[in-house]
Amino acid sequence: MYTIIERQDLLPKVHLLKIQAPKVAAAAAAGQFVILRVDTEGERFPLTIADWDAQAGTVTVIYMEIGVSTRKLAKLGKGDAILDFAGPLGKPTEIENFGTVVCVSGGFAMATIVPIARAMKEAGNRVISIVGARSKDLFFWHDRLTKYSDEMIVCTDDGSAGIKGLVTEPLRDLLSSDTKLDRVIVIGPSVMMKFCSKTTQPFGVKTIVSLNPIMIDGTGMCGCCRVSLDGQTRFACVDGPEFDGHKVDWDGLLVRQKSYVAEEAVASERCRCKEEGCGNHG
Amino acid sequence: MAKAGLNRIDMPKQAVAKRIQNFSEVATGYTPSDAHIEAARCLQCKKRYCVEGCPVNIDIPEFILALREGDMPEAARILKKTNSLPGVCGRVCPQETQCEQACILNKKEVPIAIGRLERFVADWEREHSAEVNLPKSLKPKSGKKAAVVGAGPAGLTASAELARLGHDVTLFESLHTAGGVLMYGIPEFRLPKDIVQGEVEYVKSLGVKIELNAVAGRLFSLDDLFKQGFQAVFLATGAGLPLFLNVQGENLNGVYSANEFLTRINLMKAHSFPEYDTPVKKGKKVAVIGGGNVAMDAARCALRLGAEEVSIIYRRSEVELPARKEEVENAREEGIKFHFLTSPVRFLANEQGKVRAMDCQKMELGEPDASGRRRPIPVDGSEFEMDIDLAIIALGTRPNPLVMQSAPDLQVNPNGTVAAGISGQTSHKAVWAGGDIVTGSDTVISAMGAAKRSALVMDEYLRSL
Repeated sequence: MYTIIERQDLLPKVHLLKIQAPKVAAAAAAGQFVILRVDTEGERFPLTIADWDAQAGTVTVIYMEIGVSTRKLAKLGKGDAILDFAGPLGKPTEIENFGTVVCVSGGFAMATIVPIARAMKEAGNRVISIVGARSKDLFFWHDRLTKYSDEMIVCTDDGSAGIKGLVTEPLRDLLSSDTKLDRVIVIGPSVMMKFCSKTTQPFGVKTIVSLNPIMIDGTGMCGCCRVSLDGQTRFACVDGPEFDGHKVDWDGLLVRQKSYVAEEAVASERCRCKEEGCGNHG
Repeated sequence: MAKAGLNRIDMPKQAVAKRIQNFSEVATGYTPSDAHIEAARCLQCKKRYCVEGCPVNIDIPEFILALREGDMPEAARILKKTNSLPGVCGRVCPQETQCEQACILNKKEVPIAIGRLERFVADWEREHSAEVNLPKSLKPKSGKKAAVVGAGPAGLTASAELARLGHDVTLFESLHTAGGVLMYGIPEFRLPKDIVQGEVEYVKSLGVKIELNAVAGRLFSLDDLFKQGFQAVFLATGAGLPLFLNVQGENLNGVYSANEFLTRINLMKAHSFPEYDTPVKKGKKVAVIGGGNVAMDAARCALRLGAEEVSIIYRRSEVELPARKEEVENAREEGIKFHFLTSPVRFLANEQGKVRAMDCQKMELGEPDASGRRRPIPVDGSEFEMDIDLAIIALGTRPNPLVMQSAPDLQVNPNGTVAAGISGQTSHKAVWAGGDIVTGSDTVISAMGAAKRSALVMDEYLRSL
C-alpha cells in the first residue's frame, strides 16, 4: 500500500497527491509516469509524475477527475492509501543543452511540464514557457514554472489573463521571430499537441510530445497503448511516452483514446448511482 | 481393483451449453474413485520412461503408487519434492508430448492420465496442507541473497528452489499480482486464479519475499540489484511483447493483441465490468488470428463474453496447428469455427474508426521453412472480405527488452532472447536466465525445468562465495 501524505485541491476537480513511494522517488526522472490501481476492482491507469523528492521518499501526481478511476482516487485524502503504484515508467525526457527550448503546456499539464522545464534549465537551456488555460482562474504552479523559465507567455481562451487565444498563436509568433528555437516540448490534451506539432512542422523545429493513450500494464506487454509513428507501431509505455510530434498519427491516436467512451458512460452512471444511493446499481 | 489395459478414465467436464456461459473451469477434476481407478492402470515400470519425459523429473510412478495406496500426504510430498506448482502443471502442461507420450501404455493403447492424477493430488493438497507437512528446506541457511526477476512460472520455481536450498530470496514482479502469464494470460476456465495464488502462497511459505509493482529496467537495473547486496540474479521476465501482423488498419478500435484482450479479462476481470472498472469489447463476429493455445484461449473468452460467431484464422493447415489437441477439441465443441490456410491482409474501418471487416487471402503450403513446417504462400486472386467487429491478434510474443536495455553488458540474441547456456548462465557471471526470456514463447513446464536447472547451479555459485 502507498500512503497519501498530502492532498491539495488545486482547482475544482483537479487535485494534487503526494504519495509515499520511496523506491519510485529514488528512480524517477522528468517525463516519466506511474500506473495506479486504487482498489481491487480498480483499473490500472497512468498519471504523469509532477514532482518527486528522493530524500523524503515521495512522488507527486496531479490529476483531473474525469472517469470512474479518477473519481475513486478523488475520494482519498491524507492518510489513505493507494493499493498499487508502479513506476517510474516510460523513458525519461531527453535532457541536454539544446540552446533554446520552448515548453508548451495546457490544462492541468501545466504542472507536469515543470520537471521538464526545470531539467532543461539546469542543463543550461534558455527556457521559454507557453501556458494555456480557458481562463485565468485555471492556472496553478505558475510560480514554479516561472522560476525555471527565462520567459513566460500566458494565454487564455477568454482573455482574462495574457494573450486571448490558443497556445499555437504565440508559438507561431516565436517560430516566425528572430529567436532561434532548438526544441519544442508540448504536454497537454492530444488535440493541443497535434496542433502545436502542425504549427512547428513547417519551421523544422524538433517537437517532442508526451502521449497519453489508454494503457493497462505499462510495461510493454499488452500493446493497448500502441501508436503509429511514420507508419511504424510503437508502444507509448516503453518506447515513449515522448515522441516526435511530427511523426505521430494524431487522428489514429485520437480515435483510439475514445475506444471506451460508451463503457465509461456506463461505469460513470453506475458510480454516480452508487454515490447517490439510487438502489438500482449494486 | 481394475486391471491394467482398460481405457483411461475420462476427465469430467462442464456441459458445453453451460460452460460457454461462464468462466468457471471446464474440466472439473477426477473424483477420488476416478483417480483410484486411473492410478490402478499404472504398470509401475522399473524403467521410468515417464520421469524422463518430464522436464522437472517428477517421481511419477512413486506418486501414483502412493495415491493408489491411499497415502495422499505422501503423494503430495513426492510431487512437491520436484514441482512447486503441481496444481498449475496438472492443468496446463502438454502431457501428451511429455510424460504421457513416454508412458509405456502409450505403445499399446492409451497412456496413464498422469496430468489428471497430478491435478487430483495437488487439489487434495490445497485442501489438506496441514496434513502434508512439507519440509521447508533441503539445506542449511547459506546467508546468501538471491534476486529473482519476474514472478511467472520460471521465477516462482527458481524462487522456491533457491529458498529450499537455503538462500534468502526476493522475487520482483512488475504487475500488482504474482503469477505472470498464469494470471494475465491463461483464462480462469483453464486455470483458476485461486489455484495460481495457492501456489504463490506456497512459494511465500518457503520464505520468499515478493515485491510487487517492481518494474525491472525502470525501478532498478541489474547493477542496482548487486549494489543492494544480491549476490546472484535469476532473470525470468518472460516473452511478453506481443507481435502484430503489421498490416493496414491494425491499430483500429476493435483490434486487440491477445495479450491485451486476455489481460483485461484474466488479470483485470473485465468480464465482470462494471463491477470491475476495466472494460473489454464484446464482439458479435470475432476473428482470432493465430493457431496456438493463446489463440484458443482468446477465442473461447470471446465466446464466453457473448459473441455470436468466433473464428480462428490460421495461415497453415489443421496439421500444423500449434495448440494442444485438447484445447482445439474444447474450442470445436464450443462452436469455434476454423478457417485454415487463410491470412488477413488488412482491416477495414467504419465511420467511427472501428473495425468492421477484414480482407483475407487464401494460402497454400510450399516447402518446409526454418521451423520445419511447410511455408504458407499466398494464392493469387484469392482475396475475400470477412465481416467482423472484433479482431484478436495471437501471433506469439517476443521478450520484453526493458531489463536488457538496463543491462548493456548482457548478451542478447538477434531475436531478442537472452543468450544463455544449458543451465541458464548468461554473459554476466552472477546472472542466470530461464523461461521464455531465453527460449521465446514456450511451455510453462519447460520454463520451470530451466528454472530448476539454474537454481542448482546458482546454489553452487552462491555457496562458493
